[in-house]
Amino acid sequence: MLSRLALAGAVLASGGASTASALEPYAIVGDAISAPLGRLIGNAARGAALVKDRERGNCLICHQGADPSEPFQGNIGPPLAGVGARLDAGQIRLRLVDASLVNPQTVMPPYFRTENLHDVALPFRGKPALSAQEIEDVVSYLATLQTP
Amino acid sequence: MAKTGIALILALSVVVVPAGSALSEIKSGSEFLSPELRRQQADETRNPAFFWVEQGRELFSRRPAPDAQACIACHVDPQQKLRGAATRYPQVDAATGKLLNLEGRIEQCRVERQKQPAFGYESPELLSMTAYLASLSRGLPMQVKTDGAANPFFEAGRAFFERRQGQLNLSCQQCHDGLVGQKLRGDTISHGAGTGYPAYRLEWNDVGSLHRRLRACSLGVRATQFDYGSAEYLALELYLAGRAKGLPVETPGLRR
Ligand code: HEC
Ligand code: HEC
Repeated sequence: MLSRLALAGAVLASGGASTASALEPYAIVGDAISAPLGRLIGNAARGAALVKDRERGNCLICHQGADPSEPFQGNIGPPLAGVGARLDAGQIRLRLVDASLVNPQTVMPPYFRTENLHDVALPFRGKPALSAQEIEDVVSYLATLQTP
Repeated sequence: MAKTGIALILALSVVVVPAGSALSEIKSGSEFLSPELRRQQADETRNPAFFWVEQGRELFSRRPAPDAQACIACHVDPQQKLRGAATRYPQVDAATGKLLNLEGRIEQCRVERQKQPAFGYESPELLSMTAYLASLSRGLPMQVKTDGAANPFFEAGRAFFERRQGQLNLSCQQCHDGLVGQKLRGDTISHGAGTGYPAYRLEWNDVGSLHRRLRACSLGVRATQFDYGSAEYLALELYLAGRAKGLPVETPGLRR
């Protein structure tokens, strides 16, 4: 618990102090990050592509997406259809940035975090899984998924 | 404001401690395959990995050089004498104190007793020889030692298995204990028993070692891929084998 507080504190202060490329800072209010990362504007079409893209978001490895025609979707996380009605943009953003802030035991990977990770493969070290712009793109897309 | 936000999240979060399945519940990877693939694995004429077994059998009785002895010169009647050997690997080598898996023992015989250059991990020769020797234990229960000299290796393997790793921050345990039976894209997640290796994987179009499979899981979570035969994967292999105690050896397996 204490270490998680310390970690979240560091993120708030500097966005990951010891990494070469500092992450855009963010503030957590309730269970949400209300403000877009780096004040960037998301693009829902790019977000839709990222969610499917096996090299980038690869979200469908664990989630059923909104398009039933997509082959081989996972069933580990909740289906993404209707997520925009269940959660607001700020709540979605927090869950993408670091779902462990909501559930410390979560299986959902942290997509915007570089600290407190072990044995990260060299090409990925010190980098978040998604950039601030990509997070905003995915948030914009998920917010459009209103019907379960 | 931000601090109270975090406190609120902490208060709301539900700590779910995974129930840690009992060892007796561990199932083989083949139980998670389609019935068709399972039938194909069992059928020597349709499981391509049996080519490797055949080649291993052949290599085992061939002199590696005119002045060197074949394996069979020391291990007469391997069908009888080496039946069950694979169930006891990885094991601590009494002479060196090192942890050896079946591949490691084969290479040791090759270098020290046959005086030949090592085959090398993932070479067709070492894969064939390993598949052949493991196939001699088909159907016999895994029974590795995890106490005594083996215990520090076993515990190191357990720690590796339980530690979150990689950019995606997942542990082996989260998938192979907590998510067993669930779908990760087209795969059904198994217990990660490893009792079918070396196995033919359709994705590889080839036979590969257990360490090749481990490297694939490491890559999947964007974690460091350790070398074939590395201390890390050897300890992990012992942990997996200890966890799979009692499960029958299935080599050569067939996997997606
Ligand atoms: C390794 C599995 C895994 C991957 C990969 C994954 N998720 Fe998740 N996700 C989960 C799980 C499990 C949950 C449920 C929350 C929990 O258990 O803490 C979840 C929850 C969520 C939620 C909250 C849904 C709700 O209804 O509360 C959103 C939104 C989400 N994921 C989006 C994504 C997106 C977008 C990606 C890819 C960029 C992604 N996930 C990748 C496993 C995953
Ligand atoms: C994100 C999920 C995930 C993680 C994390 C993961 N694996 Fe796997 N693993 C899989 C999937 C999916 C397969 C293929 C289906 C199966 O057999 O389980 C697999 C297969 C395996 C197999 C082969 C099982 C068989 O019978 O063919 C072994 C052994 C294994 N994993 C061990 C590990 C170890 C050890 C780790 C940690 C270093 C690990 N896995 C991490 C998802 C994962």
